[in-house]
Amino acid sequence: MNYRLNHLKELEAESIFILREVAAQFSNPVLLFSGGKDSIIVSYLAKKAFYPAKMPFALLHIDTGHNFPETIEYRDYWANELGCRLIVGSVQEAIDSGKVTEEKGFNASRNFLQTAVLLESLETGKFDAAIGGARRDEEKARAKERFFSHRDEFGQWDPKNQRPELWNLFNARKHLGEHFRVFPISNWTELDVWQYLAAEKVPLPNLYFSHKRKVFERDGILLADSEYIPKKPTEIVEERIVRCRTIGDVTCTGVWESTATTIEEIIEEVSTSRKTERGGRTDDKRSDTAMEDRKKDGYF
Amino acid sequence: MTTELLRFSTAGSVDDGKSTLIGRLLYDSKSIFEDQYDAIKSASEKRGEEEVNLALLTDGLKAEREQGITIDVAYRYFATPKRKFIIADTPGHIQYTRNMVTGSSTANVALILIDARQGVIEQTRRHAIISSLLQIPHLVICINKMDLVNYSKEVYENIRQDFEDFASKLDVKDVSFIPISALKGDNVVDRSENMEWYEGSTLLYYLENVHIGSDYNFIDTRFPVQYVIRPYNDDFHDYRGYAGRIAGGIIRKGDQVMVLPSGFTSTVEKIDTADGEITEAFPPMSVTLLLKDDIDISRGDMIVRANNQPDATQDIDLRICWFNEKPLQLRGKYEIRHTTQTVRCIVQEIQYKMDVNTLHRNLEDKDIKMNDIARISIRTTKPLFVDPYSKNRITGSVIMVDEGTNETVAAGMII
Repeated sequence: MNYRLNHLKELEAESIFILREVAAQFSNPVLLFSGGKDSIIVSYLAKKAFYPAKMPFALLHIDTGHNFPETIEYRDYWANELGCRLIVGSVQEAIDSGKVTEEKGFNASRNFLQTAVLLESLETGKFDAAIGGARRDEEKARAKERFFSHRDEFGQWDPKNQRPELWNLFNARKHLGEHFRVFPISNWTELDVWQYLAAEKVPLPNLYFSHKRKVFERDGILLADSEYIPKKPTEIVEERIVRCRTIGDVTCTGVWESTATTIEEIIEEVSTSRKTERGGRTDDKRSDTAMEDRKKDGYF
Repeated sequence: MTTELLRFSTAGSVDDGKSTLIGRLLYDSKSIFEDQYDAIKSASEKRGEEEVNLALLTDGLKAEREQGITIDVAYRYFATPKRKFIIADTPGHIQYTRNMVTGSSTANVALILIDARQGVIEQTRRHAIISSLLQIPHLVICINKMDLVNYSKEVYENIRQDFEDFASKLDVKDVSFIPISALKGDNVVDRSENMEWYEGSTLLYYLENVHIGSDYNFIDTRFPVQYVIRPYNDDFHDYRGYAGRIAGGIIRKGDQVMVLPSGFTSTVEKIDTADGEITEAFPPMSVTLLLKDDIDISRGDMIVRANNQPDATQDIDLRICWFNEKPLQLRGKYEIRHTTQTVRCIVQEIQYKMDVNTLHRNLEDKDIKMNDIARISIRTTKPLFVDPYSKNRITGSVIMVDEGTNETVAAGMII
């Protein structure tokens, strides 16, 4: 017998180790769930890590109120499949109660309001670790992330003063009021995620597969026609065959023209694509350091 | 899908061609995307640079891009049909030795760059010494900028000789040399037409084919218990599984095993995973073991074989790299993390400080500051089940944590 794991099995073993480490080292962890493929894979791995017991985490969804309806449908179905408690942090409620102020204008997005609601949800739930599906290959600031990433009492990330992380040894010590973000799939690439989802036959939201949708173009990015995005008079809505490469808030998630209707076709498309998956995310495009700046404030 | 994973470390500063080399590997393996390339192109133009600066691709933080230096470890990914690669890209300056140590801790291969015009310099030696301390199994020495020395075989041979003379003092088993030009692409992905005299492989061929199958310890069975799985439901009423990652050896169903520290013995009744039962498990698999007998086992315990046990000891000699601004305190107390165990320790003795440029042991200077490498002795509150780092990188490594600030202050390798 050849005692070697293929790369997907090795990544799986690493992620399962991290998830078990979270359960062992924290008293009240929660799993951040957005309905996108990365949080789907993390929750799927969590299910595997504690089999045959239930995973010891609830799912936390920060709901901007501006979702694709398919995302919410899938979220409820998946939480039920996993047998997990689902906690929803509502941006709408935070706006209504005056805790945060909604952006104005054509490019207004609730993406940035999520941070405050996330931090409040963590505090209310007394969660000491938030598990997320961020990957290092996604974005340059995320390339510097640790598996166990410390956040101070204000939820802030200090990228210049991160704890060194070596071997399989993770230091989760913290002071009262501080918490950790944990990223079990740090070492996975977009292609790894798709290959694994295909190999494991994980059910996915329909948004990832190509479908007819009313869209319009803004700054070179196709956006879904939605009541949440005010259109300029020059912006023309038309029907096209598209799919999502990432899933976020409807206001900042671009869609791609694609005919990929199966996961195998998606893999084919991803492995030959010359554009990054976050290329359609207008939230990253606000500045060169948009992600780093948001992460410092407590975004994931 | 039979693609393997290979992790390699690089070290260096901007001007020695490290970023160009990484950029070349990513670019030639089609791992740089158009929009990424466009972004660094416009950033290069903004900075007034003539060529597209591929270093901007690897430097992720605002401060790093402003200063044009790599501070923290950055992880990069690329794949070929044969292997998937994780690059731990680390800074080369002495004030970032700790980052080099961090990036080296899980690497299979250390890629060491030498500028052909300069030959073996301090930074080369430091990177090689750290790679050897961290027991990276394979070193590949890329003698870069061959285009600037007329692709001279003599220059290459001299540097190779210099490095071998120096490396004979190190504990490294497998060293390879490749003459390259990262800028022009010679011997990186494609064979160079300018160096007919070189008969070895290209860098990418080396990375795709270097034998990493025996980088783990498959001999000495070590299973640190990470978490106990108890479902508490009707279907799995008496299920008591010990979850963990195999740190060494091969565990088979039916094996006689011993549990440390209790010393109780039992038989492996089942090796469970979410995909079903398996008959054997090996590093680095994450599995769940079920034993025949009902014994008290919890996180921090270790499952081994009775005739092959690690040292159970409270007195441990370590080679450490110090990470923190606050110097190491003799007689100081620290938290020690080893496999899934957490205990406290006291620093009994500082034996010497090692010069990371020369390997010289300084017995007089006991002032251990950030980035220093030293040999120390500690005593722990409870026995740890340890192997020498040279035998097993997982059961032979520890981190030290400051109990006041909670920071990870040192990495330690058990001697």
